[in-house]
Amino acid sequence: MYVAVKGGEKAIDQAHAWLAEVRRGDQNTAVLDTAQIRDQLTLACNRVMAEGSLYDPDLAALAIKQARGDLVEAIFLIRAYRTTLPRFGASAPIDTGAMTCIRRISATFKDAPGGQLLGPTFDYTHRLLDFTLLANGEAELAETERQTLNEPLARVSDILGKDALLQPEPSGNEEPGDLTRQPLAFPADRALRLQSLSRADEGFALCLAYSTQRGYGRNHPFIGELRVGHVEVSMEIPELGFSIVIGEITVTECETVNQFVGSRKQPAQFTRGYGLTFGHTERKAIAMALLDRALRWEELGEDDTGAPAQDAEFVLSHADNIQATGFLEHIKLPHYVDFQSELELVRRLRAEAEQ
Amino acid sequence: MSAYNFAYLDEQTKRMIRRALLKAVAIPGYQVPFASREMPMPYGWGTGGVQVTASTLVPEDRLKVIDQGADDTTNAVSIRRFFEVTAGVETTTEADRATVIQTRHRIPETPLQEGQIIVYQVPIPEPLRFLEPRETETRKMHSLGEYGLMHVKLYEDIARHGEIATTYAYPVRVGKSYVMDPSPIPKFDNPKLNGSPAIQLFGAGREQRIYALPPWTPVKSLDFEDYPFDPSRAAGQCALCGSTSSYLDEVITDDSGGRMFLCSDTDYCARRVQEGA
Repeated sequence: MYVAVKGGEKAIDQAHAWLAEVRRGDQNTAVLDTAQIRDQLTLACNRVMAEGSLYDPDLAALAIKQARGDLVEAIFLIRAYRTTLPRFGASAPIDTGAMTCIRRISATFKDAPGGQLLGPTFDYTHRLLDFTLLANGEAELAETERQTLNEPLARVSDILGKDALLQPEPSGNEEPGDLTRQPLAFPADRALRLQSLSRADEGFALCLAYSTQRGYGRNHPFIGELRVGHVEVSMEIPELGFSIVIGEITVTECETVNQFVGSRKQPAQFTRGYGLTFGHTERKAIAMALLDRALRWEELGEDDTGAPAQDAEFVLSHADNIQATGFLEHIKLPHYVDFQSELELVRRLRAEAEQ
Repeated sequence: MSAYNFAYLDEQTKRMIRRALLKAVAIPGYQVPFASREMPMPYGWGTGGVQVTASTLVPEDRLKVIDQGADDTTNAVSIRRFFEVTAGVETTTEADRATVIQTRHRIPETPLQEGQIIVYQVPIPEPLRFLEPRETETRKMHSLGEYGLMHVKLYEDIARHGEIATTYAYPVRVGKSYVMDPSPIPKFDNPKLNGSPAIQLFGAGREQRIYALPPWTPVKSLDFEDYPFDPSRAAGQCALCGSTSSYLDEVITDDSGGRMFLCSDTDYCARRVQEGA
């Protein structure tokens, strides 16, 4: 007899119990401490903060632990939590020029005021598995000359900007839109596009940005500057009448310098793409800058080559991994009713064809 | 659960959604953009419906949640439990006792009554989406009432298959204005949309749209004079209650082609069995 229609409630409870058990794993191994995740899987936490749009390393670590290491699931946990938080107000814009840099490189100039600082990067590591780590050993930490750049560093783009070689960006005091409070509508202005890209799925942003490099909306980017470091967040408190620092966050900022030929009205000039993300998330920040630049084709009077990365509605409507994974995975839910109606149709059409 | 407000959403969010609902009721069939929130269940699981239900519920309500017509499918269980915990409202499986019914893919067989609210979970609110993927274009088409493309699609179906090959999410026209997606209900349920005494609310969370049909709104399934709309169902009978008029699910009973039909509406079916039908 058919029994599957009943028992949903019990099945859900059992599934949750099983999930809790496999999340814990073998009870003979030590339980994973969220502080370990926060401090030793920092880049995973950074991605969760960036795409979860919530700067809180402890909660990111908790989300990763709870999600069994599934980062998209962890991002979802953070987003669902974030949306319940009350909003006290908006901070003052952060000043990345005043950043305490742990990393700062420019690919356009051999040297720039303040110098190049590699910082903790994988860039020149040889990707050889370190079997010492497998044995839970640690190589002795070498003495490092740890340097951070505490002085405010002139941005490479400002240096180029002085000679008008780089197109200036308009500054304004208007409040940017907030896509978590207003439904996204098209055309979306640059502030909204950047907001969307900043929380976009890293994989989606990466591969779309890559497509521009391979000719689908090519825009000849150079990394004008990539900087990673700590910035103060300040907020004006109405009761006090002045700004106070409420905390410090780590961010990654990328400015690309892109070729632009110029037009009859404008002399040749470089243009830029911009990326800014929470935490040390440089792959994402670079991808974001390339996409930002690709989406500016209209404003810069370039041709629409029909490339996916140039199409704001396409990019922004599909960049959010929480939306994407939800809709993709929802096809696991029962669709008996719809399928039944299709089944009837196909049978009827086949019967008619056989006659 | 005291850390959360009644029915989970904070009052500011509810107010924003209620405004969208009022606008939707005032302009039947028009898709109102709203700032959909991330919910504690994934997009695609009914976050739009859940937000609409959460903004509609009052403590005195009696809630019914169905998925595929059934009260005990996993997602219906999960959503009902969510509101039991966050709103503490009474729940029921009986369609005529519920004041609010949240549904995915079905309209109950038991006729809805005045004073009831039915909330549909909607995946893709735009009926023109698969003819034109761009929102900027489809909004224009709606504002100009430019629905020729849809009629061409239906015509092509007839030319190719001899009938309109849309069996669920079958497009309707609301009064003389908007073409609307009724959510993926089987077209069998479409006639129930027309002139319903209940308030019908549609929530699409991921797509950030709300739309509505106020009571007694005329709703017509699109068709042609010589190819009138046909609300088809499986030519069978429910193996449990014997109904020959309800919408049926087909169930495979063995691995040699054996199958049987059962009512998709479990409340309707159980009551008929109880009444000894």
